[in-house]
Amino acid sequence: MSLLRVQGLTAGYGGAPVLSDVDFEVRAGTVLAVLGANGAGKTTLLRSVSGLLKPTAGTVSFDGCDLRGVRVEHLVRRGLAHVPEGRGIVAELTVAENLRLGGLWRADRDAVRADLDEVYGLFPALAARRGHAGHQLSGGERQMLALGRALMARPRLLLVDEPSLGLAPKAVAQVMAILRHLRDTTGLAVLLVEQNVRSALAVADEAVVLALGRIAAAGPAAALRDDTALRHAYLGF
Amino acid sequence: MERWLFLTTDGLSKGAVYAAFALAIVLIWRATRIVNFAQGAMAVAAVYVAYSVTAATGSYWLGFAAAVLSGLVLGAVVERVVMRFVEHAPPLNAVIVALGLVLLVQAVLGSIYGNEYRPVGTPVSRTGLSVGGVSLLSAYDLLVFGAVGLVVAGLALLFTRTPVGLRMRASAFAPEVSRLLGVNVAGMLTLGWALASAVGALAGLLVIPTELGLHPNAMDLVFVSSFTAAVVGGLDSPVGAVVGGLAVGLVLSYVAGYLSADVTPLAALVLLLAVLLVRPGGLFATTATRRV
Ligand SMILES: Nc1ncnc2c1ncn2[C@@H]1O[C@H](COP(=O)(O)OP(=O)(O)O)[C@@H](O)[C@H]1O
Ligand SMILES: [Mg+2]
Repeated sequence: MSLLRVQGLTAGYGGAPVLSDVDFEVRAGTVLAVLGANGAGKTTLLRSVSGLLKPTAGTVSFDGCDLRGVRVEHLVRRGLAHVPEGRGIVAELTVAENLRLGGLWRADRDAVRADLDEVYGLFPALAARRGHAGHQLSGGERQMLALGRALMARPRLLLVDEPSLGLAPKAVAQVMAILRHLRDTTGLAVLLVEQNVRSALAVADEAVVLALGRIAAAGPAAALRDDTALRHAYLGF
Repeated sequence: MERWLFLTTDGLSKGAVYAAFALAIVLIWRATRIVNFAQGAMAVAAVYVAYSVTAATGSYWLGFAAAVLSGLVLGAVVERVVMRFVEHAPPLNAVIVALGLVLLVQAVLGSIYGNEYRPVGTPVSRTGLSVGGVSLLSAYDLLVFGAVGLVVAGLALLFTRTPVGLRMRASAFAPEVSRLLGVNVAGMLTLGWALASAVGALAGLLVIPTELGLHPNAMDLVFVSSFTAAVVGGLDSPVGAVVGGLAVGLVLSYVAGYLSADVTPLAALVLLLAVLLVRPGGLFATTATRRV
């Protein structure tokens, strides 16, 4: 079943469109990787999906419902969480406050408390630094915090923008392992934007390649991994 | 020594009001990066409401409540109707709009109430209790300290201990991320303006009876002193605003007492300049500015 369906999406910043006629789907419980070079339009794509940027054409539907006209702050209530590029933690707030913020809209306080324990279990490094301010964390810890905070909303779909950016290989592997774990155990669907092609294809079920704002290739992750010509042309390995 | 004691208590009492008013400036600055130059005029408007309510009912406290309430409403309306449109514009737009608002509010007040000074009463005596022949704290000074202390403590609790406070802080620091986390950032901005404006109204209510009286321009000098206090405190720091307010109150009281009351406005400006020259970020500014 397709959880997110993007059709004919066109978006930009006033000049020539940065994204043109983009189509793809994310099925429930799967990871879709969006690959592409710097400037290909990956961030623009995620921002258009969550409505931070209003698309000039096309539709985005989540769970069968058109997201046009849905206010950004209502997305989490529908089960869609967006971890923006650069992690977007609130540097002035503590780890605990950042996490609390993620579940603040929820009325089921007991479940929120249970989810908080679960997040701390998933990211022991955060549990050890609850009282630290966001700006005191390392890059890897910030990424953990951004992911953990998104999970506090119990999303069904997670949009993640380049979680590996600036992280050491070990931290990248950790992030990818957690995404895989969440998909396998909770059925979380992930729209994973990455330049780190190898790491992304290692967890993705499906992948699309974005080049100059258009879908240049799409298919099962394994097929993209094995397509030598495509890899050389777009993915650089 | 006696004179010094008198000037110190008087300075602290004025300083408490500056602290509250500076806190209101800081609240809005943190949330929107706008210095609300209209805050003085808005506070005066709220005090005129108090004046009318008290005149009609004979009750100081009904007027007091009306001023705080109308401060809340005025703040929310100003944010929704006017400031929302300059929040993301170049900073000068907000300054110009705020100054326009000052003129508008003062003109409206002038046309309704006239441009004379109206004496405003206080609920308790302003005569200082005499301690060993020195006239010190009056009952009204104690009321001022109590009211400002309650407001400062209340705001501190609100911001650090409640969900809505967490939402307001997050909205101020990272509006886009906050929206993605489900926070109604626009609503938090309105609430922030409402709270700040209510605090400003309270400060006006407390200080106007101790000066020349009620007049459309009655808060102009208080605004300058409080803005100085906010800048001394780093403009971003609520604690800095409170400490800055008390410090400015003391300095101006000493200047008025030992030099001349005529130079206090000048002294406030000299203090502002001195602070900006020595530490452009203010005395309480954290050295690292925000970069995520
Ligand atoms: N805020 C913006 N205003 C104008 N152009 C932008 C803005 N953000 C991105 N762009 C342009 O859009 C294109 C795609 O950018 P982006 O979506 O950030 O790519 P990616 O995330 O794949 O690196 C780039 O050419 C970039 O210069
Ligand atoms: Mg990007």
